[in-house]
Amino acid sequence: MTKITYREAVRDGLREALQSDPRVFLMGEDVGKYGGTYACSKGLLAEFGPDRVRDTPLSENTFVGAGIGAALGGMRPIVEVMTVNFSLLALDQIVNNAATIRHMSGGQFTVPLVVRMATGAGRQVAAQHSHSFEGWYAHIPGITVLTPATVTDAKGMLLSALREPDPVFIFEHAFLYPMEGELDEQAGAVDITKAAIRRPGRDVSLITFGGSLWKALQAAEQLATYGVEAEVVDLRVLRPLDTRTMLDSVRKTHRAVIIDEAWRTGSFAAEISAQIMEGAFYDLDAPVARVCSAEVPIPYPKHLEDAALPQSATIVRTVKGVLGQI
Amino acid sequence: MADFVMPILGADMDSGTLIEWKKKPGDRVAKGEIIAVVETDKAAIEIEVFTNGVVQQFLVQPGETVPVGKVMAVIREEGEQAQPAAPPPIKPALMTTPSQPPAPAPPAVEAGRLKVSPSAKQLALEIGVDLALVRGTGPDGAITREDVHRAASLTHPSPSPVAVGEATGTRGEDKGEGRVSADRQARMRQTIAAAMTRSKREIPHYYLGTTIDMGRAMAWLKEENSKRPVTDRLLYGVLLIKAVALALREVPELNAVWKGTEPVQSDAIHIGVAISLRQGGLMAPALHHVDAQSLTELMRNLQDLVKRTRAGTLRGSELSDPTITVTNLGEQGVETVFGVIYPPQVALVGFGKVVDRPWVEAGQVVARPVVTATLSADHRVTDGHRGGLFLAALDRLLREPSQL
Repeated sequence: MTKITYREAVRDGLREALQSDPRVFLMGEDVGKYGGTYACSKGLLAEFGPDRVRDTPLSENTFVGAGIGAALGGMRPIVEVMTVNFSLLALDQIVNNAATIRHMSGGQFTVPLVVRMATGAGRQVAAQHSHSFEGWYAHIPGITVLTPATVTDAKGMLLSALREPDPVFIFEHAFLYPMEGELDEQAGAVDITKAAIRRPGRDVSLITFGGSLWKALQAAEQLATYGVEAEVVDLRVLRPLDTRTMLDSVRKTHRAVIIDEAWRTGSFAAEISAQIMEGAFYDLDAPVARVCSAEVPIPYPKHLEDAALPQSATIVRTVKGVLGQI
Repeated sequence: MADFVMPILGADMDSGTLIEWKKKPGDRVAKGEIIAVVETDKAAIEIEVFTNGVVQQFLVQPGETVPVGKVMAVIREEGEQAQPAAPPPIKPALMTTPSQPPAPAPPAVEAGRLKVSPSAKQLALEIGVDLALVRGTGPDGAITREDVHRAASLTHPSPSPVAVGEATGTRGEDKGEGRVSADRQARMRQTIAAAMTRSKREIPHYYLGTTIDMGRAMAWLKEENSKRPVTDRLLYGVLLIKAVALALREVPELNAVWKGTEPVQSDAIHIGVAISLRQGGLMAPALHHVDAQSLTELMRNLQDLVKRTRAGTLRGSELSDPTITVTNLGEQGVETVFGVIYPPQVALVGFGKVVDRPWVEAGQVVARPVVTATLSADHRVTDGHRGGLFLAALDRLLREPSQL
């Protein structure tokens, strides 16, 4: 085991991918000379040269489209769209091409494209730079949506994504990049079909993904001091969703609180809630509860931003409500 | 004061209609007496009272349909002073300023639907807890699983709410006609469908069968009946029911109900007897304490039970008490029964018809009347070994008919 930051784990994954497969290349804004906005590709330009690590213009729709073309042409492109906020400019290529070409070509072509981007709020970068749209992407059939929350997943999911014949979108919560974790020296590709129980418990299921996982785990710690054993489910894969792990947990604990940094209305949390209602209604001992962001543009001032986002204290309070303790 | 509530008369019952009160306010009632007739989707059922006392007040009028657990009458228990029949005192209103929203009423005072979590509701049905008597501690005062468990541990184990069966519908106005509306028929079918689906979904059945030589039993019965007046003659089905009861004494694991996560053995042997109805459908009301009854008593009680089942005048306890079911399809010419267990029971015993078959005895082929007895049992509770012991006991008992 080595102690490693999440960003270093991503870099490890990128390096290993570039080393092991000549078809792999990385492109995106500032990934080369600057080393990536989040320093994930620092040093890779020097190591692999400008053909394999390519800086692109500020033109998301164009370079995602170029990635689709390269994938169709037999390459294994990794496209870094700096953040989910800017990915909105590439939605046409993503929704209308990447996700549909296999279908539209009657299976003649697949798009083995990997797109990475940062997501999430909490760093005082103001409303336009604080979105959490991974739930939107999970709405689209034809793509896989991953939300690595640990260093093992940060590295491993990238390697697994490159083995997929169809487009995979990886959402890295910006808050996680400096987070440290233990990475096994042998760590490689990981399963990308299953959710994971990050903490077993019997009283309530905290269902979450990405950056919110750590807030949920923190809340679970705190709840344990009150004698409440929360089970923390890290969904990991938003599409295709591993419904079984989640429902099994709810069937065990009989209560569910969903934590999703997106806005509540029409959120992925709403989808989870509906699936629990469809699959485990008679196992529920309390209404499903959601901890989501306030329905406002995410504020810039720290105290307001903190108040707008899910926090471990909010999760604890919500769990107590679900347990009838408030 | 004790509340008389709308009882659960089947795992799937959620409301019932009061047909008539059999008592008046001021009447003395004793535990076990019939206080009311309630109609469910399945039948008009006579309801017993479980308290000794005096009827203080009726809260529900004939014709009203109320949910399970709703208080229908207040009974003053023995030793209590008479009280004026008045609504419970209303708490003085809190001092509130107009801008404050009204405080939500405490759930206990709310009329109509009880707030119960879906899981708690399911659990209460499974383990036989009357939700009307449970205090909710969940969100908004809803009853949770924990509340149901707590209530179950406080109260005496109440009769398990076995969804056993359907009777002919007997509304007040068409009593005696035994007419069943198409609508009623459909609902009865739905009731059976729900119970059987639940059984096959939740209960891992295993099936065992054995062929029993009925030679001695039939001969004994013929001789016994020749000594009895026609009105007291025994049907051979009574031998089967009694033999099952005695065999259950030897293998009590099969005489149980599944309560949520574990089986609970019954001290008493109440056998549900499957009775098919002329209009279609079936029910399996209980013959109580079968092991303690003589064949003559059993015969009389069975005849009474069949008559009342077909007339639709069963009692609540007869529907909720069976701890095992016996079904005999011999009359229909069936040779072997593969029965579906009635949840939450854990076993069902089936009998086919008695037929003459070649039988090898001491190396000789002889003709013998034989019957195939089968056991459907819940594998969560027993294994084939236990089931086999039960069938062996049944076989042994039926070969000694004079001991029954």
